[in-house]
Amino acid sequence: MTVNLEPDMTHRASLALLAAFLMATCAASAADSASAPDVQALHVLNRLAYGPRPGDVERVANMGVQRWIDQQLHPETIPLPPDLDARLASLDTVNRSAGASLAEFLELRREVRMEDEGAKQRRREAQMRVARQAAEARLLRAVESPRKLEEVMVDFWYNHFNVFAGKGIDRALVTSYERDAIRPYALGSFRALLGATAKHPAMLFYLDNVVSSAPRTDAKRKARGLNENYARELMELHTLGADGGYTQRDVTELARMLTGWTFDEKRLARTGETFRFDAGRHDRGAKTWLGREIAPSGQQEGETALDVLAVHPATAHHVSRELAQYFVSDEPPPGLVDRMAATWQASQGDIRAVLATLFASREFMDAGSVGAKFKTPYQYVVSAVRASGVPVANVGPLVNTMSQLGMPLYGCQTPDGYKNTQDAWLNPDALTRRIAFASALAGGRLPLGVVPVEARPAEMTPYLAGSDVMPLPPPPPLAAPKPVPLDAARLQATLAGSVSPRTLGIVQRNPDNLRAAMLLGSPDFMQR
Amino acid sequence: MHRRDFLNAVGAGILLPVGRGAWAVSAPAAGPTNKKLIVVMLRGAVDGLNVVAPVGDENYLRLRPTIGLAAPGMEGGALDLDGYFGLHPALASLQPLWAARKLAFVHASGSPDATRSHFDAQDYMESATPGRKNTPDGWMNRLVAALPGPQSPSRLLGIGPVLPRILAGHAAAVNLPNVASAARADLLDQPRVKAAFDELYANHPRFGRAYADGRAAHREVMDALESKEMQAADRGAPLPNGFPDDAARLAGLMRNDPKIQLAFVALGGWDTHANQGAASGQLANRLAPLGQGLAVLAERLGPLFDDTVVVVMSEFGRTARENGNGGTDHGHGNVMWVMGGKVRGGKVYGDWEGVGDAKLNEGRDLPVLTDFRSVLAQISEQHLMLGDKGLEQVFPAMPQNLAGFRIVGA
Repeated sequence: MTVNLEPDMTHRASLALLAAFLMATCAASAADSASAPDVQALHVLNRLAYGPRPGDVERVANMGVQRWIDQQLHPETIPLPPDLDARLASLDTVNRSAGASLAEFLELRREVRMEDEGAKQRRREAQMRVARQAAEARLLRAVESPRKLEEVMVDFWYNHFNVFAGKGIDRALVTSYERDAIRPYALGSFRALLGATAKHPAMLFYLDNVVSSAPRTDAKRKARGLNENYARELMELHTLGADGGYTQRDVTELARMLTGWTFDEKRLARTGETFRFDAGRHDRGAKTWLGREIAPSGQQEGETALDVLAVHPATAHHVSRELAQYFVSDEPPPGLVDRMAATWQASQGDIRAVLATLFASREFMDAGSVGAKFKTPYQYVVSAVRASGVPVANVGPLVNTMSQLGMPLYGCQTPDGYKNTQDAWLNPDALTRRIAFASALAGGRLPLGVVPVEARPAEMTPYLAGSDVMPLPPPPPLAAPKPVPLDAARLQATLAGSVSPRTLGIVQRNPDNLRAAMLLGSPDFMQR
Repeated sequence: MHRRDFLNAVGAGILLPVGRGAWAVSAPAAGPTNKKLIVVMLRGAVDGLNVVAPVGDENYLRLRPTIGLAAPGMEGGALDLDGYFGLHPALASLQPLWAARKLAFVHASGSPDATRSHFDAQDYMESATPGRKNTPDGWMNRLVAALPGPQSPSRLLGIGPVLPRILAGHAAAVNLPNVASAARADLLDQPRVKAAFDELYANHPRFGRAYADGRAAHREVMDALESKEMQAADRGAPLPNGFPDDAARLAGLMRNDPKIQLAFVALGGWDTHANQGAASGQLANRLAPLGQGLAVLAERLGPLFDDTVVVVMSEFGRTARENGNGGTDHGHGNVMWVMGGKVRGGKVYGDWEGVGDAKLNEGRDLPVLTDFRSVLAQISEQHLMLGDKGLEQVFPAMPQNLAGFRIVGA
């Protein structure tokens, strides 16, 4: 789906009429039900996507909300637009293997240690480039991909299985982590997703399982022993939940079962091997975990643990509740969570089936659910850019805004990931900053169209311009373009029924050059 | 860059001696908000056994052969506190405060709940209701509501981009991502823009209060930072970014805005499961700016330090034994730090049974022998003059056994 920057007048007029109609009727109807097709369309666009782009509400309403949801549940049936595909393909660090990325990281680290002239500068540039491209790929997709639900789920699962990009070699690995361990399973089997995250070097490194091993008494060898970090978070955050009924003993036993699940930095960089089971590190003793006797069976012990955890009733409930909290309300209806958990159990953890239960529920479509969620900084920024219809060549201003709002992309340090509740994100400072961002976007003052300097090939060092680096597209001229303010009427039509009559009334009483900022900075646009 | 600009801007005042005498004339008159509390939370469970290390315990180095701190006087050794406990050498900047008896510790303290989940434990420490997950508000919010005196948005202040659980609740609370940015005029200071958004948010049932509190706090902070006293108070060498810088600005702000009474700062990065180091290394690198920031806070609060208590706490401690990776795993009891002009410092408080195998909780970590709430309750009662009824609201269902020591003077 590409941005239509010049919508035909008929289209605009019909949306304006629709908006006028909604202004007149919305106060009554929104309170009763979310039954009107366009209100439903807006609702699902706010939840299964990051809000509407110009023309989206009409497209979804025409297609039929149910059909659109079904299509979103099968992203493989939705082709990516060629121009988005081409831009993603041009991001070389996003497309290279974990091994190649780590090889570059280790080489630059070695050069810095040798105090090679300029190595620090090269490393800084390389790391900035990796971070910028990762952000660009993520945000381009979030703003432009027609596989909207897939993008929402990638973000959801990334937070669920969070890895902090700022920890050591994870700088070089999170791109592969999202691409190889999260995205392919975002709507698939939870067991497969769990296994992929468990075995990815980014997670093995982040939660220290890479160094966990059976206790050694051999004094000659480097100190080794059990590390509980991953085993604990695997049960507490990824599967059972903190109230899932396990004990400290279960944490220790699971850590023992997972000893030997590791990877070797040098082998990863040289051969691309992302995971290995090291029998020499494995604790070969018998274990008792969650009331089961675990017979010694090497790597299979960890696989068995993931099998058990993936379909455990506590997991079904814990993760269903998280999904319902994301898609319905901060305190999701327990009845809905129970039905989702039942689907989880019946389908052996089929994410698509659980989501289908959620989206088909009356709780999800209930009028009381419309606008019930407060947008996270990520959702706020992406939805504002989507509503604006502005093409994005430079994601820098978006990345900076998310950081200022306390939600740096790939920057959550703790393994619980970012929350999506109002309590977590609504605060006095946040509203002021969101309004400032809305005003800059509405006034055309964000340099979204200017490719940042460090992305220009001329700035690349000889090392980075090596054979494994694809050429970047030629940069556009550097001259700062004249700010082009958003068209407030068009923005109003795009947002249509999600703006209350009260807000619309106040907006209309203000000068035209404030209206777009007011719409994007309004209370109505803070919620989804 | 902005921080530095700000420092330069405020550094333009005349040179004044900084110290207690210099500020005697400007000490605020006694009022309902003149007793201050600053809480610093170390998220991620700091390794208290290497902050205030029992270097005099024969078991200590046996449990921690590679990460243990050497005895005082040795190379990289701990700094002697009382002949038994030693302070991490990265906290040398706190030594003068210890010597002046303005700094105390409470060891083997923490939450009685047995959880070793960071997130549940932090939640309990912020709600002050261990074991109860449905407490809707944070204890600092209940505290500000229970204290006498007029409520104002900036009376309860958080430094950081989001409003933490501990500040959430019915009473107004505001957050500043950092003090420097709060000092700048913003878009909503333009009259037309302000009028437009004021109307959009006026009495809005969901967001109206957050908006109004944000604007009110912004005006207060702008006013406070424009005062001459602030400009003199912040005189000094530029500080490294991060906590020392924020601490200095917070001190200046509190001296200039008498309405600010309770402040909260959270610092992360303490979850040292691997390679935490001993006298140097990861933990030391985190502790050094913390110690420096606390020292700067004490200095720049000037005379207000006499009316301020600073508490440093963390959700739980770490295993007494180092793990196989030169780190420590999640534990239970920890050490609380308490600093202030009226703190009965120079002493490590709390029952202490040593780190012998038989004394460890579940054979792995420190027991909790002092409930963190009993320390906070004493500070609220003795320092902030919270009454009995208020005490029950702020720390509901607290066990009867109050701390068996007096850590803060009236």
